[in-house]
Amino acid sequence: MSGFFDRFLNRGKEQSSAKSAKERLQFVLIHDRINLPPERLQQMKEEILAVISKYVDVAAEDVDIALEQRERNRNMLIAEIPFSKSRKVEDSAGAAADNTNAHTASATDDQHDTRAESPEDEAASDDETTDKPASQ
Amino acid sequence: MGAKVITVTSGKGGVGKTTTAANLGVALARLGKKVTLVDADIGLRNLDVVMGLENRIVYDLVDVVEGRCKLRQAMIKHKQFDDLYLIPAAQTRDKSAVSPSDMIELADKLRDEFDFILFDSPAGIERGFRNAVAAADEVLIVTNPEVSAVRDADRIIGLLEAENKGPGQLILNRVKMDMIRRGDMLSAEDVTDILAIRLIGIVPEDETVIPASNSGVPVTLNENSRAGVAFRNIARRLTGETVPFMQLDESSGGFFNRLAQWFAGGQNNRNS
Repeated sequence: MSGFFDRFLNRGKEQSSAKSAKERLQFVLIHDRINLPPERLQQMKEEILAVISKYVDVAAEDVDIALEQRERNRNMLIAEIPFSKSRKVEDSAGAAADNTNAHTASATDDQHDTRAESPEDEAASDDETTDKPASQ
Repeated sequence: MGAKVITVTSGKGGVGKTTTAANLGVALARLGKKVTLVDADIGLRNLDVVMGLENRIVYDLVDVVEGRCKLRQAMIKHKQFDDLYLIPAAQTRDKSAVSPSDMIELADKLRDEFDFILFDSPAGIERGFRNAVAAADEVLIVTNPEVSAVRDADRIIGLLEAENKGPGQLILNRVKMDMIRRGDMLSAEDVTDILAIRLIGIVPEDETVIPASNSGVPVTLNENSRAGVAFRNIARRLTGETVPFMQLDESSGGFFNRLAQWFAGGQNNRNS
């Protein structure tokens, strides 16, 4: 009975020690299982980003590369690497240079040659040439 | 029909492997099964004292493997159950005195005569562990709801899978419902979420366990022990019976208690 009230009294306080035990274990075990300590993962992320950035502009601040466990033996590296919304265009280098750092929605929405990132954008832009067949 | 060979292991020491092996052996014998317990913890012999059989040892596992005695001579019959035997570990040798193939050979010699052969594994992940799981058809991983024990259990599961012995089934030992309710202990659901293996038993922390090993009478034989009930339930599950997980709540178990448990998530085990 007291436990019932304890739960409520604890609600407002910091998270329970059991909850942090669970989170800490989940974090440490995923690294244990693939034998890749967090420090090395960070190194790997930086290298991956460096390679991708050689070819395309990456919105570095929105990159999310993380380990994820689906089932016991299905650990995977999930990488979400959005391209920078402004794209360097060779024949309009001046304009592109101005846009390189522009990440605000208003700045990029006006650009028709922007490679659309989100599904809504893809659907909205008719002149968009993507390698994925548009869903009809 | 041949025996089922089951190894009790854990990675971390002190989580209750030997207590579990002793109790499952006795509980299976109580169900009328023919059982041999093998103490594979060479150099740190303990299953004999927990079983109350320490005074009867003449030969041990290493004597069998090295041919100094016949297998039968090293098998100590339990005081109360005629079909329960213990093969004790050697106390003055180390893990390298036996090999995994010795253990497979030993198990094969016993398979025809018994229903269950239980190996009690040493702690750790080295030779002793490999010896103990070599012959296993099934592995039981004992853990406690603590970060260190759960992490070691995960490592063991990984090693078992690498040897095609996995993933094994989990026994969560020393569970304290009141602490789970307060949010101060991982629940069975938390642990199975983390380890992603099947749960075969939840054993409550119980003050009858230490007096039982003090006197060399496994707690399974104490009708009033909650841990004893939990071990008997695991034994029944090992025989293929479906047994619901027991209510771990120590108090009256009224509506509010169940509600409290529901909030704590402790009894919502999806594997139960």
